[in-house]
Amino acid sequence: MYVAVKGGEQAIDNAHRLLAEERRGNPEQQEISVAQISGQLALAVDRVMAEGSLYDRELAALAIKQARGDMIEAIFLLRAYRTTLPRFGYSEPLRSDRMQVRRRVSATFKDLPGGQLLGPTFDYTHRLLDMTLLDDGEPSAQPAAERVGESSDGPLPRVVDLLNDEGLIETETPADERDVGDLTRESLTFPAGRDLRLQNLARADEGFLLGLGYSTQRGYGNNHPFAGEIRMGEVAVEFVPEELGFPIEIGEITVTECQMINQFQGSEQAPPQFTRGYGLVFGQSERKAMSMALVDRALRASELGEEAENPAQDEEFVLYHSDNVQATGFVEHLKLPHYVDFQSELTVLRRLRADFETASGPVPEAAE
Amino acid sequence: MNAPTSAKSLAMPAETKSAETKPAEAKPRQEAGYNYAYLDEQTKRSIRRALLKAVAIPGYQVPFGSREMPMPYGWGTGGVQVTASVLGPDDTLKVIDQGADDTTNAVSIRRFFAKTAGVKTTTRTEEASVIQTRHRIPETPLKAGQIVVFQVPIPEPLRWLEASEAETRKMHALEEYGVMHVKLYEDVARFGRISVAYDYPVKVDGRYIMRPSPIPKFDNPKLDRSPALMLFGAGREQRIYAVPPYTEVRSLDFEDHPFEVESWPRCCALCGAKDSFLDEIIVDDQGGRQFVCSDTDYCEARRAAGHRGPA
Repeated sequence: MYVAVKGGEQAIDNAHRLLAEERRGNPEQQEISVAQISGQLALAVDRVMAEGSLYDRELAALAIKQARGDMIEAIFLLRAYRTTLPRFGYSEPLRSDRMQVRRRVSATFKDLPGGQLLGPTFDYTHRLLDMTLLDDGEPSAQPAAERVGESSDGPLPRVVDLLNDEGLIETETPADERDVGDLTRESLTFPAGRDLRLQNLARADEGFLLGLGYSTQRGYGNNHPFAGEIRMGEVAVEFVPEELGFPIEIGEITVTECQMINQFQGSEQAPPQFTRGYGLVFGQSERKAMSMALVDRALRASELGEEAENPAQDEEFVLYHSDNVQATGFVEHLKLPHYVDFQSELTVLRRLRADFETASGPVPEAAE
Repeated sequence: MNAPTSAKSLAMPAETKSAETKPAEAKPRQEAGYNYAYLDEQTKRSIRRALLKAVAIPGYQVPFGSREMPMPYGWGTGGVQVTASVLGPDDTLKVIDQGADDTTNAVSIRRFFAKTAGVKTTTRTEEASVIQTRHRIPETPLKAGQIVVFQVPIPEPLRWLEASEAETRKMHALEEYGVMHVKLYEDVARFGRISVAYDYPVKVDGRYIMRPSPIPKFDNPKLDRSPALMLFGAGREQRIYAVPPYTEVRSLDFEDHPFEVESWPRCCALCGAKDSFLDEIIVDDQGGRQFVCSDTDYCEARRAAGHRGPA
């Protein structure tokens, strides 16, 4: 006989105990420390900080540990923490032109003031598994990297600024005087300004942006991009406390910035010139910064009078579906009970089939 | 006219009744390190403003700055934010999912508020001052002064007919609801009846078409002129809307195809109720079925009162 289900509470407790056990893994193995994650899985930490919208290496590493390496779960943990933090103001705009650059490459000029600076990159590595890492040992073949010239001595001029001097690229001007929006405080309305679009893209799921950016390259909204410049390094965060009235440096963060240069045929109002797509991400993530720049440019289609017929150019489509915490929540909510709706559907379906049967004779069994 | 009663309890800010002044009865202890009911007071205030606007314009979707909550989007974050904003220390909270108090997500949300607000919880519909629900309205008739908080996945009734939010907001503004009637008419033309089973569209106060959240259409009549205040929160979609007490809520239909609710040719196997929404349970591997009340509190109360079903 059916007895109404009880014991949800007990089941939840048990499931969480099991989860804690699984998270720890084999107790004979040493437990991984948050410092180790932060130091050795640094790019994972960067991604969690970027999409979690919170620059805190330690908490991001903790989230990765607690989430058992599930990145979206870690991002979610960090976001849920972030939401409880008080907001005491806005920093001054970051000056990426004053960045202490650790990596800087341009695909548009062979050489340029300040030069190309490869920095720590996977580019040009052969993707061969390094078996020496299996033995918890240091890779023997590689001598310690020469630390000389590891980062730029001073500020490096931005490639787009060099083009700007010739008037070949559109000038970047703030759209209007209104304050920069914040989609974590107010709900998105459309059309969203570029400020909100960029904020959304900076928090967006890396994989989603990558796919969208890729789609523009394959003909779904092509905007003929060149990687004008990609730079990664440390920038100062400045804040103007009300009681002081002048900016003070409150810290330094690592960011990756990408400036895409795109062809533009010109319109009745504007001469032919290059246009910009912009990407900026916490930490080191060129894939994300480049994808962001591609999508940012694609989303400017209507502003530039281009036809906007592709997914990457559709503001509502991109902004509403780019957030992986929202997406994962809604997709995974399908595992919540839907008994009641399903029962309603069953009732309707049975009636529709009964109507059908009356009208056309018995339904063949195979259709069941 | 009881509407002002509810509006008053809605407008009563939780912070005026601070945690220190709450009576020292057997309530769960409030979680340290977090603000009362999790959200900070500024956020709750902004949500209350959205709620007041929603109450003032029945059925209109008010955008609000939805926050990241410690449970996933799609699992009730909108409802949780609304509940957090209206919950005071003297409230008694009931949380149901699919009509039941003991489904896992209902347990999780009830615990969340027991932990973060130290609030009293109950499974009895008549004891609750705030009822957060997913997919059902309790069978026990609601009273004036009660607040029902619905968890809403997709707030826009026109969404499957028009994907763009900019467009649908315009359609609401112009009261341009033709597409919805055409959709329902197409159902009639194809199936001989309207085939919407749940989330059945309603018109509120003769003006806005509203999604009642995915409650079965069986529950739609309970919205009409209910003495309770109905609040709807969609977290991911960042919308809040409301049906104030004693407001007309009409399920859309046609004169020759009037709205009708589900019915079952049998009663609840446990309590014998003939007037409640029944869940179908598969009881053996020969496909044997039983039908039982989806509202567990209603079913238990009936059995406690001596009612028995055929099982």
